[in-house]
Amino acid sequence: MTITEDAPGHVGSRRLRKEDPALLTGEAKFIDDLALPGAIWVGMVRSTEAHANIVGIDGSAALAIDGVNEVLSGEDLAPLWGEGALPCAWPVTPDMKNPAHLPVARGTAKYVGDAVAVVLADSRYAAADGAAAVVVDYEPLPAVVEIEDAVADGAPLVHADLDSNECYTWGLWGDNAPAIDAAFAEAAHVVSERYLQQRLIPAPMEPRGCAAVPSPAGGELTLYSATQIPHILKVMTAVVLGIPENKLRVVAPSVGGGFGCKLNVYAEEILCSALAMQRGAPVRWTEGRAEAAVSTIQGRGQVQHIELAADADGKVTAVRVKLLADMGAYLQLVTPGVPLLGGFLYHGCYDIPNYMFECTSVFTNRTPTDAYRGAGRPEATYAVERAMDSLAVSVGVSPEEIRARNFIGADAFPYTSAAGLIFDSGDYQTVLDKAVALADVDGRRSDQAQRRASGSSKRIGVGFSSYVEMCGLAPSRVLASLDYGAGGWEAATVRISPTCKVQVVTGSTPHGQGHETCWSMIVADQLGVDPDDVEVLHSDTAVSPTGLDTYGSRSLAVGGTAVYMATEKVIDKARAIAAHQLEASEDDLEFSGGVFRVRGTPEAEVPLAGIAFAAFTAHDLPDGMEPNLEAHVTYDPPNFTFPNGTHIAVVEVDTDTGDVDLIDYVAVDDCGVQINPLVVEGQVHGGILQGAAQALYEDAVYNSDGQLVSANLGDYLVPSAAEAPRFRLDSHVTPSPTNPMGVKGVGEAGTIAAAPAVINAVVDALRDLGVTDVDMPASPQTVWRAIADAQGGAS
Amino acid sequence: MIPAAFDYEVAESADHAISLLGEHGDDAKLLAGGHSLIPMMRYRLATPSVLVDVGRLDDLRYIRTGNGTVSIGALTRHSELEHSAALAEACPMLASVAALVGDPAVRHRGTLGGTIAHADPASDLPAAVLALGGTIVAQGPGGSREIAATDFFTGYFESVLADDEMITEVRVPAGSGGWNYQKFNRRAQDWAIVGVAVAGGGSGVSLVNMGSTPIRASGVEAALAGGASAAEAAAAAADGLDPPDDLNADAEYRSHLARVLTERALNAAGVA
Repeated sequence: MTITEDAPGHVGSRRLRKEDPALLTGEAKFIDDLALPGAIWVGMVRSTEAHANIVGIDGSAALAIDGVNEVLSGEDLAPLWGEGALPCAWPVTPDMKNPAHLPVARGTAKYVGDAVAVVLADSRYAAADGAAAVVVDYEPLPAVVEIEDAVADGAPLVHADLDSNECYTWGLWGDNAPAIDAAFAEAAHVVSERYLQQRLIPAPMEPRGCAAVPSPAGGELTLYSATQIPHILKVMTAVVLGIPENKLRVVAPSVGGGFGCKLNVYAEEILCSALAMQRGAPVRWTEGRAEAAVSTIQGRGQVQHIELAADADGKVTAVRVKLLADMGAYLQLVTPGVPLLGGFLYHGCYDIPNYMFECTSVFTNRTPTDAYRGAGRPEATYAVERAMDSLAVSVGVSPEEIRARNFIGADAFPYTSAAGLIFDSGDYQTVLDKAVALADVDGRRSDQAQRRASGSSKRIGVGFSSYVEMCGLAPSRVLASLDYGAGGWEAATVRISPTCKVQVVTGSTPHGQGHETCWSMIVADQLGVDPDDVEVLHSDTAVSPTGLDTYGSRSLAVGGTAVYMATEKVIDKARAIAAHQLEASEDDLEFSGGVFRVRGTPEAEVPLAGIAFAAFTAHDLPDGMEPNLEAHVTYDPPNFTFPNGTHIAVVEVDTDTGDVDLIDYVAVDDCGVQINPLVVEGQVHGGILQGAAQALYEDAVYNSDGQLVSANLGDYLVPSAAEAPRFRLDSHVTPSPTNPMGVKGVGEAGTIAAAPAVINAVVDALRDLGVTDVDMPASPQTVWRAIADAQGGAS
Repeated sequence: MIPAAFDYEVAESADHAISLLGEHGDDAKLLAGGHSLIPMMRYRLATPSVLVDVGRLDDLRYIRTGNGTVSIGALTRHSELEHSAALAEACPMLASVAALVGDPAVRHRGTLGGTIAHADPASDLPAAVLALGGTIVAQGPGGSREIAATDFFTGYFESVLADDEMITEVRVPAGSGGWNYQKFNRRAQDWAIVGVAVAGGGSGVSLVNMGSTPIRASGVEAALAGGASAAEAAAAAADGLDPPDDLNADAEYRSHLARVLTERALNAAGVA
């Protein structure tokens, strides 16, 4: 960083977010706030069957409703896209099955929520009434609901034209199989576990929505969408519908969270765009909360088998993982790639020489899955961290000791993992030691022992989770090796206006993260200006034409780095002008606090404001120099970044009721250099609660007919602030050598770490009662029954 | 989440509300706080064609004490019960239970009359009124009648209230006696998975979400009357009941919870 001691700077300070006043006062405009007079409102008619032939669609009752104008089936809509299907950008293997996924189904509905018809109406209310009044005649077909049932002999087929429900099998073991077999044959301790990753329903505060606004005279289309990815959406919409890309503009207005579920190209976006082009009128759709439960992608959905081989001291010699992953009925944008993102990390933060990962992904008659906060890495962390606790028991050492014996050493970086990644930096043992001290693990264990001895029905459990994640997606060449359909770079433009105000254009698209605040702080420190003099533009492809958007904790490490580098480029140009004005060599200039000075000649100085104006007037620039201070950078990261940490959950379990109370939660994270600790803490708090939610509360429950039973927020238990534990955070900084600011990313860390910490704590609390495993979510009933089963049957 | 179309009428008085109910028949529903009805309408589980809004009848928002009785106007908000010094003195159990309903937004809109009329077996306040031996005052076209809480609830979301009647007042005896309320749920804002209300030192014990209505735990009450200990009496908490199965609890676990929570409630209420 260009931060000098005489200019302490803004980076590292707890600066309040500049985004918040508009959000908190209602000034910010979300998709449903857009006023579009004359818009056609779309109502989606969704399948109530998990798998059924569509025998007939009767729209007569809907058409009788005032304001309902048309009812269109999948066949009626065929001219809009022909056989064009919703895109999957990640064909992970050459033989991956990718059944055509039409925006509105034709012939057969394949999950509850699958769009089967569309109502066009004058208002949102009429569209809802119309959609409710359409009568669809279904001929039910056998449904495949559970993951393991999809690969059972004689399983019904989700896609009748395929010969099985298998989508692909992807593996990572190279020529290592004999060494792995040998490691298991020679192991003193073998741990073999099966874990379930239940499906989760993303629940951002704002559901989805889109509005397509055509300009018929010129053939242009502007698509507004509550999306994380306006740039990718633009390319994909152009490809799917054949709209020339130069005629397309995509705008993400204020977006109320996404957690990955808005990292997609959805049927409604394609439908509204196609209809708007056809009708020459705005076409819009706003998702309802109940609709979102089945029509927006879901997360997780895996059956995990993990085996560890270890020597007599508990040093792990091999890890072998086999996954079954639930794709749902169709592949969305990156559905098949999600298990792969975890596939490199099932050895956790441990130095394990032999590694095998294999994932078989299957189709089921359920809502498609896709990226959900952490995307593959929470699943990987859960499996290895649960298994490490089992190994600790087998070896007879504490959870912290088994981790210490296996951590990648602080002196081992850069560390090449058995899965082929190069870890950038870290000091895992120091991080764990900090967490152990902060959580008063010794004190908790003493309390635990006393309560056990006294036969208390309130048991204490302490659970560890040490994690490392790969963030900063991603080096484009690595993505190519994984058959991903795009690069992983990010773009930024920095301009300095004649009055020395700064405009930053970022290709990274915020939806709650605080880009405007953090980018301003970075640039302000570099240029020596006030953060409030920096405006950050984003989320509109007309303003920010180049970008790859926001997911995978990439914004700061990739997008922020691009901003940093563009600012450096602007400073370089300003330096040349300063040298020209001061009649000095560029090498003799120093720049701090917004002023260029000649070293050793303090009176010879020129402020950035003077240079900005000179660059604007262009009256006296060095020969051949273009006017204005502006630079554009596209940054392709040379490596991922590897945030890491140790989290410790402390629970009190009521053995009479099975109730789990999360009484303390300590997190020590190394996300590299922190731009704004306030923003970091916000991400960690929300992430932990989202991970704890998987551990204790959330579950997309399907019955055997493929009906989503937990379909509303009364039954799908998103925790509130009242359920949040006391968060006690600390950090440890090992700057990433991958980028100039040393940043790593923190958007997913809490979610990745929390679930295994909480479940390990629950199991720890109950281990003396014979409990060795508790499925997620560890509801009171589940915990009570686990105790009863361990004690030899229900009470 | 868009409700079906409905007409909306504002009642100027209880008499006006009852005449509107008479006019529109069973297509009409009274709207008080709306925090149960509106979500059901948004899911289209309820599709009344007319809403009669009684939420502005401020003359039915009161808490009066005297003659050994606490009389509470039907439109009194849960938050008013929660924060009433008079109620805390005269019937601390009801004030305490009101503080456990939903979340602050629900408690500031929801009304005592509304929650009783809604007759949800998973709601807190109906069971509390039941345990306290309360009385429901309902007004219809022919005047008012008093209904014992024990006679009021008839099934899931069903009561003896006629289509053209509205609750105007709820009465409970002053002094809760030895009392306690145990609410077991997973999130603070949720309905009870099981709840147990004990009033009058065990003379009134009722259960939440253990059947199709709020239920008096007659087995527990009888056991206590016969001299059983709290633990012995609690063992009978689920006897003869047919509790529901749902995502949070099956019948076996619910029955277990009823026994555990009943013992805790009796102990906390000072029943030995």
